[in-house]
Amino acid sequence: MTGLRPDLALIAAHVEPGARVLDVGCGDGALMAVLRDTRQVDARGLELDQHNVAECVARGLSVIQGDADVDLAYYPDASFDYAILSQTLQTTKRPDLVLGELLRVGRKAFVSFPNFAHWRVRASLLWGGRMPVTRLLPVAWYETPNIHHVTVRDFRALVADNGYRMEGEWFLSGDRTISPAAAAWRAEHAVFLLSR
Amino acid sequence: MPEPVLQPVNDTLVLPAPLPLDGGQVLEQVAVAYETCGTLNPDKSNAVLLFHALTMDQHVVGTHPKTGKPGWWAKSVGSGKVIDTDRYYVICANVLGGCMGSTGPACPAPDGQPYAMRFPVITIRDMVRAQVALIDALGIGQLHAVIGGSMGGMQALSFAANWPERTRAALVIASTARHSAQNIAFHEVGRQAIMADPKWKGGDYGSGKGPENGLAVARMAAHITYLSEEGMHEKFGRKLQDRTEKAFGFDADFQVESYLRHQGLSFTDRFDANSYLYITRAMDYFDLAEEHGGKLASAFAGSKVRFCLISFDTDWLYPTSESRGIAHALNAAGAPVSFVELSAPFGHDSFLLDVPAQDRVIAGFLGR
Repeated sequence: MTGLRPDLALIAAHVEPGARVLDVGCGDGALMAVLRDTRQVDARGLELDQHNVAECVARGLSVIQGDADVDLAYYPDASFDYAILSQTLQTTKRPDLVLGELLRVGRKAFVSFPNFAHWRVRASLLWGGRMPVTRLLPVAWYETPNIHHVTVRDFRALVADNGYRMEGEWFLSGDRTISPAAAAWRAEHAVFLLSR
Repeated sequence: MPEPVLQPVNDTLVLPAPLPLDGGQVLEQVAVAYETCGTLNPDKSNAVLLFHALTMDQHVVGTHPKTGKPGWWAKSVGSGKVIDTDRYYVICANVLGGCMGSTGPACPAPDGQPYAMRFPVITIRDMVRAQVALIDALGIGQLHAVIGGSMGGMQALSFAANWPERTRAALVIASTARHSAQNIAFHEVGRQAIMADPKWKGGDYGSGKGPENGLAVARMAAHITYLSEEGMHEKFGRKLQDRTEKAFGFDADFQVESYLRHQGLSFTDRFDANSYLYITRAMDYFDLAEEHGGKLASAFAGSKVRFCLISFDTDWLYPTSESRGIAHALNAAGAPVSFVELSAPFGHDSFLLDVPAQDRVIAGFLGR
């Protein structure tokens, strides 16, 4: 309905109308714009890339140029209903610390990431002995921004180790939602909703 | 739809009430000279107040009466431009302490003689207070936006912090919430150059030739801070001026020397030395956090104003870290804020020059 990337559409569908939302790594602001226009959300963004920030501001969105690894520290505790980190966790220097910051500034956090244990990735490593280049991981190992690859099971373990609560989970294969059963190897993409 | 007014209109308002100043004094009969462009709509909701920088004035669009050059932001303000005067009623006033028609040190005091150094020391907030009185007189309750670059950005911040109900948005470009030691130091060099000129005469140079040499040196020193090292290198390098070899003397051998001398001299044709002293002092005194209990976030507590901050990567006068600090404070206060550092080679002056990304950001921010 919105032309959003499937993981963003999933997140958009599960944000309470009228909520205060921080989109960390908001890109060109596509999700924020949909949340603002269809769910009356008070959306704020944090984005590293200058051109993306300019694009967001040109769309009338409130976005700050900054780095998730550094600048989340400047947001007060529980200042948002939701903090969203889509396709960005695996690019941060310290995903564990960023996750902690998300759940400090937001009462709940949406986190989405490409699942590095998808069967195509496994096959590429097992049979080809090469770092995978797939639809969701289209960039070769030496120039990918993804410096901390993560799997569904890794993420669940990190959540459990830190005592965070899992409020929801969704898995995508292509544009379709798939069941959690066998998601560890069938999901190309995972979306989690967490709280402290 | 009213017909768009394309020609700017210049006017001067004498404030109906005395103006109280941060220094404790009160100024009577304060004149505010201003230019407007566009048409105020019937519900007076489309007014945009532009604040000018240190050495500029109210002539934002119209031809400057002294230099004959186009207004300082004619590139960006006008019919169909980034700040579209078909849509917005744009107001720009000469600051208090200035020398282009608003009350300043060159104006006569109640005794008929110029104020000169008897003019009270003013602050950025005093400048803003005079302009709030102007929009009061124009019957404008709430502005669509306040906009300013450099010292204009300080005024926009001061306006949004002290009169938050009077604007819906604030756009702050290449500016800072407080003057740093380095900023103050450069200004002090300029002021001392003026005061060391024997023609300054303690400020009592009257209407004749003032301390032109001192003012020119002040302008030269300041002008360096408006450019980036890279920009200067690109423009001048070590190129010689109208000669093929070094002259082994102290003429302007280098193009950069010739350029600065020209900048300094042409400045004295249009600017009053005492105004330069007072306005730079006001900038040095500016510290928005200090005015609000030492915490910048407190300046914006509960603010409903939408903010947008723009910095430039080659601006070392008010570097990106200053704008980012303001963005963090606004975040902490929960105000809606955007901040972006743009790439441009021109240093601090980038905000006046051709930076397409800035145009998109400004148009998008104002358009909401």
